Amino acid sequence: MATLNDYLVLSAVLFTIGAAGVFLRRNLITILLAVEIMLNAVNLTFVAFGRFHGSVDGQIIVFFVMTVAAAEAAVGLAIVIAMFRHRGTLNPEAFKTLKW
Amino acid sequence: MAGDLAFFYVFAAVAVGTSLLVIGQRNPIYSVLLLIASFGALAGLYVLLDAPFVAVTQIIVYAGAIMVLFLFVVMLLNAPREEPIDPERLVEPQGARWFGALLAVFLLVELGWAVARGSRALFGRASFDSVRVEQLSSVRFIGTVLYSDYAFAFEVTSILILVAMVGAVLLARRHEKEV
Amino acid sequence: MLVLIPLIPFLGFAVNAALGRRLSKFVSGGVACTAMLASFGIALATAWPFLFGSADLHAVEQNVYTWIKAGDFVAPFSLRVDPLAALMILVVTGIGFLIHVYSTSYMHDESDSEYARFFSYLNLFAAFMLVLVLGSNFLVMFVGWEGVGLCSYLLIGFWYRKTSAADAGKKAFIVNRVGDFGFILGMLLAFVQFGTLDFQRIASALAPMAPEAEFGTVSAIALLLLVGATGKSAQIPLYVWLPDAMEGPTPVSALIHAATMVTAGVYLIGRNAVLFSHAPDVLLIVAIVGTVTALMAGTIALVQNDIKRVLAYSTVSQLGYMFLAMGMGAFGAGIFHLYTHAFFKALLFLGSGAVIHALAGEQDMRRMGGLKRALPVTYWTFLTGALAIAGVPGLAGFFSKDEILFRTFEHGHVLLWGVGILTSLLTATYMFRVVFLTFHGASRVASHGHGDPHGGGHPLHLHDAPPAMASVLIVLAVGAAVAGYVGVPHALGGDNRIERFLAPSFESSAAAIDAAATSEISTPTGSESSHGVELPLMLVSTVIAFGGIGLATFLFLLSADAAPRLATRFAGVYRVLTNKYYVDEIYQTAIVEPVQMVSRQGLWQGMDVRVIDGSVNGIGALVRGGATALRQMQTGSVRSYAAALFLGVVVILGYYLFN
Repeated sequence: MATLNDYLVLSAVLFTIGAAGVFLRRNLITILLAVEIMLNAVNLTFVAFGRFHGSVDGQIIVFFVMTVAAAEAAVGLAIVIAMFRHRGTLNPEAFKTLKW
Repeated sequence: MAGDLAFFYVFAAVAVGTSLLVIGQRNPIYSVLLLIASFGALAGLYVLLDAPFVAVTQIIVYAGAIMVLFLFVVMLLNAPREEPIDPERLVEPQGARWFGALLAVFLLVELGWAVARGSRALFGRASFDSVRVEQLSSVRFIGTVLYSDYAFAFEVTSILILVAMVGAVLLARRHEKEV
Repeated sequence: MLVLIPLIPFLGFAVNAALGRRLSKFVSGGVACTAMLASFGIALATAWPFLFGSADLHAVEQNVYTWIKAGDFVAPFSLRVDPLAALMILVVTGIGFLIHVYSTSYMHDESDSEYARFFSYLNLFAAFMLVLVLGSNFLVMFVGWEGVGLCSYLLIGFWYRKTSAADAGKKAFIVNRVGDFGFILGMLLAFVQFGTLDFQRIASALAPMAPEAEFGTVSAIALLLLVGATGKSAQIPLYVWLPDAMEGPTPVSALIHAATMVTAGVYLIGRNAVLFSHAPDVLLIVAIVGTVTALMAGTIALVQNDIKRVLAYSTVSQLGYMFLAMGMGAFGAGIFHLYTHAFFKALLFLGSGAVIHALAGEQDMRRMGGLKRALPVTYWTFLTGALAIAGVPGLAGFFSKDEILFRTFEHGHVLLWGVGILTSLLTATYMFRVVFLTFHGASRVASHGHGDPHGGGHPLHLHDAPPAMASVLIVLAVGAAVAGYVGVPHALGGDNRIERFLAPSFESSAAAIDAAATSEISTPTGSESSHGVELPLMLVSTVIAFGGIGLATFLFLLSADAAPRLATRFAGVYRVLTNKYYVDEIYQTAIVEPVQMVSRQGLWQGMDVRVIDGSVNGIGALVRGGATALRQMQTGSVRSYAAALFLGVVVILGYYLFN
């Protein structure tokens, strides 16, 4: 039987992979995917903690995270579409107008 | 019980491996498909954690709906493979990239350390010896809690979805002038 | 009622200042003269009870309004007339009015707006002088004091396009500022000491006290006020502004030298007679300052070639006499001389103005001469003034100057008396040098005038003073002749009316003077013995006066080359005198240049540029530098923002782990 530690370490590894992906990739869609990896890593900890505490709350928070992830994906992808239309590229470095 | 542990390692290996491939890909279509695989492995882990409902939702909502959305966008945009860095004109500041990756490593070290420091008594135990394990995997029980204790948050989430939907439509809409 | 005396000229100023641009010369001059005449009328009405009324009328007071009220400190804007002030307002408004009338003609070449500006300044000058004289406390007096300083600056620099005039105006203002500083300090010290600024209260607080045997607070107050007085009344060491003040139009010089401004210092001492008489040490300083100034200015006046400059130094010298009188405790005599001097100095200045006017701006006596025939009115009136100032018996200057010299001698200061007599000789000599060089001898008038400061440029034709000027000159000449008869000494069978008239203003100081005198030197001051001395003294000064005139006649009229030969023989002395003892140069190197050095190097380059600008610019540079550094962080790249965010997460997590 895997211990809580095992799950947490796995979650940490996944989260780090997601974080590294956000920085390493130069494609907005892949970056969003990396964010999804991070969200799932966190979900895993929620479920694991809930399981080992004997509480159902962890699972319920996971549902909420999923809804938020869905909303985030929808809005994020809409933005990606708009930006791609505008600039013809998905490279985040092309979008520097945050600085004026 | 040894079987459980074996399953855990299999699923963990799949999840980590596919995730690494997701961020190691230049082609977004492969990334999306690999991520679906990763989510599948996670769903397996949820089953191991006595959370079958979460596992099912993970497959249906995440791997099914959200990832399909991604796939759809990738196809829609006909997004090319990620452009390699143009060595002629190094317009992109590379500092933030590698700095971020380095930070990720630091984060891993820190998280590992945090887990290692954690109480063995709590984190090290294999299972919560409660009779409520049965309850945890019960959809009925989850539904009861969700619609009683979390009713308000649940309803707010519906508004969030609505707002996101409207926002997505608005953002992605083709402006008439631009056509 | 009292407030009207300064208020009417002030209204005249307001009218001319506000509307002068649109008024014709006739109207603006008329307004100014009418204001002065009205003011003189009210002054006369005010002074009447003092002149001819009952003897026990000491003062009339009017509290205009409470000016400042802060805690215990109350400064009412109140005016007070006592015999001293009554005499002063008569002089200021009377002589002032005559000068105004004279100016209507003298300044006629100016444009309408300049003309109005001139008269607005004149009226303002008179108004402030009247405030100064009438103020019942130091603070009100100070308002007038400062106002007079301002007006002198405006009027001396009236022809502001001329650099020398503008400089002279600034010089007058700045030198006076030094004196004002003394005045302020004295005033503050007086308030600390007596808790009031009212002259009468200070006097009554002092009256029961014995004169200070050693230098104490009262002496300090007196000394500080003396510094103020030397500034306004052009005494050593602050006299340097007055000779330069003749850069202004001649009527202004007359006004400054005769009616207003320079009399302020003497008046200040007179007003605070009680204070000064309680500080015998300071009184002695006053006398010495006066005597030295009188002698020094007299010697300088001997060799100057500018007619107005001679008169200017003569004023300084005569003011020295007044200070001598004040220093001897003979306040009445000092004020008496102030009063007679107002007549003949106004006359002399206006006479010189008539000469300058006739010669279209020429002021150098070496280019005058033989004007007697062309300018008869000017000549005769000027001669009267010269005789009066020289101290020829029967004219105004004789009585007042003699009174001073007599009181000095009587007081036992024979050395001061001797210097006074010597100065008297000098006075007669340089005055008649002016008379002879200007009006007698061969004409050295250049064929056409040059450097005419007031418009002009028309071909020179010698003309005597126009009616307005001439009538003023005649009135003043009469005044210079007879003004002295109000103070005929007892020794000549008179009753020294002015002394008696002024007595109420000085009565409490007289006691202090006597007390101080008896404690210091036991000179018998009985009137019996002094009568015996007074007549011979008068004889001496009469001889001296005529001697001076004779000397001038010999040097500048009869012998053509006597004066130049004298100048070459005593070349060193002559050079020192023509350069006015190099006082201006000494001030320049000892004070002006160090101050400028400190200002430029220390305050400007050091304080202003380094510290103030440095800190301001430094803050700017700091913000700019910091912003430039921070700006680098604003790459606009989403990823670098994410990296920063992530860094924060790692750091905070690390922090919790370490703790």
